[in-house]
Amino acid sequence: MNNSTALPISIRGLTKKYGDLNALNSVDLEIKSSEFLTLLGPSGSGKTTLLMAIAGFNRPDAGSIKFGDAEMVLTPPHKRDVGMVFQSYALFPHMTVSENIGFPLKLRGLAAKEARGRVDEALATVQLSGLGDRGIDQLSGGQRQRVALARAFVFRPRILLMDEPLSALDKKLREHMQIELKQIHRQLGVTTVYVTHDQREALTMSDRIAVINDGELVQVDTPEAIYNRPKDQFVADFIGESTMLALTRDGDGRLSFGAEIISSSTPDSSVSNWRLVIRPERLHLLEGGANTSEKQVVFRGRVTEYVFQGETAFALVALNDTTILSVRFGTGAGSRLRSLELGALVSVGLMREDVILIPEEGQM
Amino acid sequence: MPVSPDIEKSSLHSQELQSQKKREEWMLLGLSLPAIFVIALVVILPVGWLFYLSFVDSQGSFSFEHYQKMVEYKSYARVFIATFKVSALTTLICVALGYPIAYFLAALPSRWSGIFMLAVLLPFWTSLLVRTYAWLVLLQRKGLLNDLAIQIGLWDSPVKLVHNMTGTLIGMAHIMLPFLVLPLYGAMKKIEPDMMQAASNLGASPVRAFCSIYLPLSVSGLAAGSLIVFVLCLGFYVTPAVLGGGRVVMVATQITAILEHQFDWGAASALGVVLLLATVLVLYLAGRFFKFDTALFGKR
Repeated sequence: MNNSTALPISIRGLTKKYGDLNALNSVDLEIKSSEFLTLLGPSGSGKTTLLMAIAGFNRPDAGSIKFGDAEMVLTPPHKRDVGMVFQSYALFPHMTVSENIGFPLKLRGLAAKEARGRVDEALATVQLSGLGDRGIDQLSGGQRQRVALARAFVFRPRILLMDEPLSALDKKLREHMQIELKQIHRQLGVTTVYVTHDQREALTMSDRIAVINDGELVQVDTPEAIYNRPKDQFVADFIGESTMLALTRDGDGRLSFGAEIISSSTPDSSVSNWRLVIRPERLHLLEGGANTSEKQVVFRGRVTEYVFQGETAFALVALNDTTILSVRFGTGAGSRLRSLELGALVSVGLMREDVILIPEEGQM
Repeated sequence: MPVSPDIEKSSLHSQELQSQKKREEWMLLGLSLPAIFVIALVVILPVGWLFYLSFVDSQGSFSFEHYQKMVEYKSYARVFIATFKVSALTTLICVALGYPIAYFLAALPSRWSGIFMLAVLLPFWTSLLVRTYAWLVLLQRKGLLNDLAIQIGLWDSPVKLVHNMTGTLIGMAHIMLPFLVLPLYGAMKKIEPDMMQAASNLGASPVRAFCSIYLPLSVSGLAAGSLIVFVLCLGFYVTPAVLGGGRVVMVATQITAILEHQFDWGAASALGVVLLLATVLVLYLAGRFFKFDTALFGKR
């Protein structure tokens, strides 16, 4: 199946305004060939606008969109030859499953016999073999999603676009489809641009994530880098859970929270105010007398809440009247959490490698 | 101790619940009685009377005389052919005018489509007779349209636009248009905008996307609207009578003529019965076609 050559996408200075609103503000983005790139952002961030511009459904005010070396910004959508999975699937209700999937092949003038073979092959890829003669209204939500996907790649486009394709599915099926989509992507090797507002989905599926906010790309990186080294407060806040502590800087450039020294130097001396980002699962409970050392920072506080959530549990630990740390634990027999009591005084440790420093908002 | 507590539990209150259900059913029937009575009085009785009259000759005895005459005289056949022709032409004109209007309305954001829908519906709220005479004023020899056309040099001498087929069709199409636009608009509104995006994304040019996706998805509304217009046209009286000027003879106008000139209730009734049966036949055939239709477009 993988005989189409995937194409890189190069976006430069893409700008789109809706009235006074900057939907896209001079966006530059290089998407590598065969890459699975996710546009991640809250609603209204411009991620769908960017995807629709790549598909050709909205006309940007300025900018360039290249597929490989070919400039596409002026090309009408039906000549762009990109596959797209719509949020609503947009399956044609007056056609059967096979007719839906065969539609792009018919438009490309494929012989009926060859088209038939390609449709069957696509059905097999999405595990719907034998359902070709069904009507669309006879399919479940998950099956419709698969048909929409099959129709988007059956004509071997070199670029595949997906607009929140899993948002209509229930949680279990959605998580299953995330893995399946990832496998199909690997199998097809097609450059894929995926839009979602679900940070977990983005972390699960992507080679790289482009975090977008207010029409601008905030950070483009691998899931690990986005999670472990968020560039600013927005990224740290939007992806994963986190507690943020405001730090103070002394004359020698040391950053500390209360009496605990978090960092012996300032990462960027031009920025004066820094924050410490703490992921709840990176904290661990310590025996009574542990102190901040070269290896870890230690915080002390009282347990104010304890919530069991199945695979994990979390506790809220109040360091002082205004600062509350969220600490996440496993729930197995070895978990220390079992001995926690509300109101108990505890020490939690954060390894120095897990320290994430970000500049305070508005101080880039 | 009873034999099985489970059996007793499963029949708990079952009699009372049954009779409650029965009571509600009788109440619903009671509520619909007035409507059933009115329909019997104003529909079934007169139509039955019509049937009866059509089988009674001038001496007051049972006969097929009126139906025999309709078969024997060519003029009756001509009237029916004319009726179907005018109805078909009116339907065609309505489709040609109504499809773009409905498309336009469906494509507009709802704030604007409401205003334009008002323009489509406004004629509905004025009297049929008023609208028909308004066309007479506009279309007559010294009417507004002829004056204007001569003034700007479209034609030199007054063109005959009324008291003929042209005038009848103009008037009927105008009056029937909303009946076509409304169901068509409903069908078009149900077509998701991303259908056309999907077609385009898959490689369909705008024309191709329209023919393969939009047209088939709107055809049910188009068929329903056309059927309504056609059937309403079959029995139309006022507009053909006024704008046809006696030159466009349809079944309804013919019935009036028979009653006015010959006072032959039997012959008039027979015409009415045949028109009614023809209309029922059209609806029946259309119903069969629709079943075939839904089989063709999904729902298998």
